Amino acid sequence: MLISTVLSEEKPALVAIPVVIVAVGIAPQMVPEAIGISLITVLMYVVLTLSWTMFSGPTGYVSLATAGLFGVGVYTSAILRDRVPIELIVLLGGIAAFLVAFAIGLLTLRLKGVYFILFTFGIAALIRSSVQWWETHVSGTVGRHVTGATNETVYLLLTILFAFALIGGFLLRHSSPGLALRGIGENEDAAEHIGIDITRIKVLTFSISTALMGMTGAVMATRFRYIDPSIAFNPLISFLPVVMAILGGVSKLYGPILGAVILVVLQEFLITEHPHVYLLLFGITLVVIVIWLPGGLVELAQKWYIKLKIQWIKLRMRTTRFRREREAKKR
Amino acid sequence: MIESAIDIVVTGLILGGLYALIAVGLSLQYGVGRVLNVSHGEFIILAALGAYSLYTVAGIHPLVAVTLIAPALFVIGYVLDRTMFNDLRRTSINEDHFEGRSLLVSFGLLFVIQNLMLVSWGAGLRGYSVLNTPVEILGNRYGLNRVLALVVAVTASLAFYLFIRHTRLGKAIRAAAERPDMAETLGVNRKRVLAICFGLGAGLAGLAGVLYSMMFDIQASRGIELTIVAIVVVVVGGLGSITGSLLGGFVLGLVIALVNFIDPSLSLVAFYFIFVVVLLIRPSGIFGRQIHAD
Repeated sequence: MLISTVLSEEKPALVAIPVVIVAVGIAPQMVPEAIGISLITVLMYVVLTLSWTMFSGPTGYVSLATAGLFGVGVYTSAILRDRVPIELIVLLGGIAAFLVAFAIGLLTLRLKGVYFILFTFGIAALIRSSVQWWETHVSGTVGRHVTGATNETVYLLLTILFAFALIGGFLLRHSSPGLALRGIGENEDAAEHIGIDITRIKVLTFSISTALMGMTGAVMATRFRYIDPSIAFNPLISFLPVVMAILGGVSKLYGPILGAVILVVLQEFLITEHPHVYLLLFGITLVVIVIWLPGGLVELAQKWYIKLKIQWIKLRMRTTRFRREREAKKR
Repeated sequence: MIESAIDIVVTGLILGGLYALIAVGLSLQYGVGRVLNVSHGEFIILAALGAYSLYTVAGIHPLVAVTLIAPALFVIGYVLDRTMFNDLRRTSINEDHFEGRSLLVSFGLLFVIQNLMLVSWGAGLRGYSVLNTPVEILGNRYGLNRVLALVVAVTASLAFYLFIRHTRLGKAIRAAAERPDMAETLGVNRKRVLAICFGLGAGLAGLAGVLYSMMFDIQASRGIELTIVAIVVVVVGGLGSITGSLLGGFVLGLVIALVNFIDPSLSLVAFYFIFVVVLLIRPSGIFGRQIHAD
């Protein structure tokens, strides 16, 4: 799409994106320290959800491989932590996830619908159980200690990843690959017939977006400080971004962010004291939004907004008519 | 050598019987209703915990309890389909859209049922022992409960096969799976048949769960493993094929018994490996895509 059309159509977003990034960057200084630490979790899930949405949002291919790719990043970080500087680790974590995702992408070309969902779930589980087997039988360890980084460093790195995800998501929405992805989501055969190289676009978008997941994993390893396969490949990390994205709504860029923030806040309140209640609410949310609220909160808000607007116009029409009648009477 | 080979085969068959029973329920729900129910394992664990509580609290023998538990789960499944999945079917654009959405809903159900169980039964291991007198088969000893579980699983699978093949309702189910619109024209009440199928799937999970509780210790969080077993078997046997699921269950049981014999820690890796490879090479499963029992 031409830059000029983007400029004219998306003026609010062009202001909002830099403002949001700066606000996120300075947020820890504005709030008490305890909340600042929770912000790391919020940011981690926001980045994961945004990167999940890049590929799965427009195409409708629900990937459950997030935990696998996040874990690849975590383990890259755990192995290299004491040998190379942290910036390089993050980059390498991204590259490792990219390569794994590229291989998955090439393998899954033929799979659609539930087969794709199952395959991505299976591959994440296969990576996990293979790493677990390797660690216990070859490395002879259950888990690994990772030299920690300060909260400030972790937060800064996550903010940079957030900026990447947000700007990347925005550019993808307003570029020809983004349109092509949407075309694939609406009708894959038709998209192929009008000349879209669907294979290339699917594999590349999937692997590039998952590089962000790997990088997030690499950063978070230095925050976890101790990792084992059940932490690095926690299946919840595959499910949460899906639920966060559809709770918020994938039709707008801010939808997934909204969903992620709501669920992480809920998690922070409930997970330590009542983990089962949290997961119960999580399950109910998933059921309710998929069946009764498929467009997510964004669509719900839009519906309410339109309803309110209609009411407002009706009210105005009534008052003007009333005024006119009164003026007519006066005369 | 020969003795351990026999041991692998018998253990494999016992495991396989349970796997087959677990998989048939899932296969029915997917083959007819297009719901890939990943909360299937939770239904199994729910039944297992129910049998455990009935035995330890009320002293009801699991083989008696099963006549309460399986129908109860049938009703739950029936109601779930009539309410949730029916709404979902109505609002979906096409079958693929419905499959994706119903998969997500059943993931939601998984979290709901699992955490309800964790709240009510806790996270610890629970087990009881019934009928564990040893029985000798070809030189090796097995618990009577395991042998009985194999017998019940095989009988139930066969009975179910005959039901699907020869009864009026079974024929309606197969018709609804193969040509939904045509079946409806010929007077099959599709909504009712779909709900019955989902209910039957849950009921079979109930039966499998009671048998499971007689063989293994139960933990509320382990349903997902059983779901994965069921999905692997169903994918290996061909999604939607009931015969495929029965055969796939026994094949996988034998493979896992063999892997367990070589190195027990590899069994999970083997599971996922078989799963991923079958999905890649032959997504329609080894026994092809036959939606019904033929």
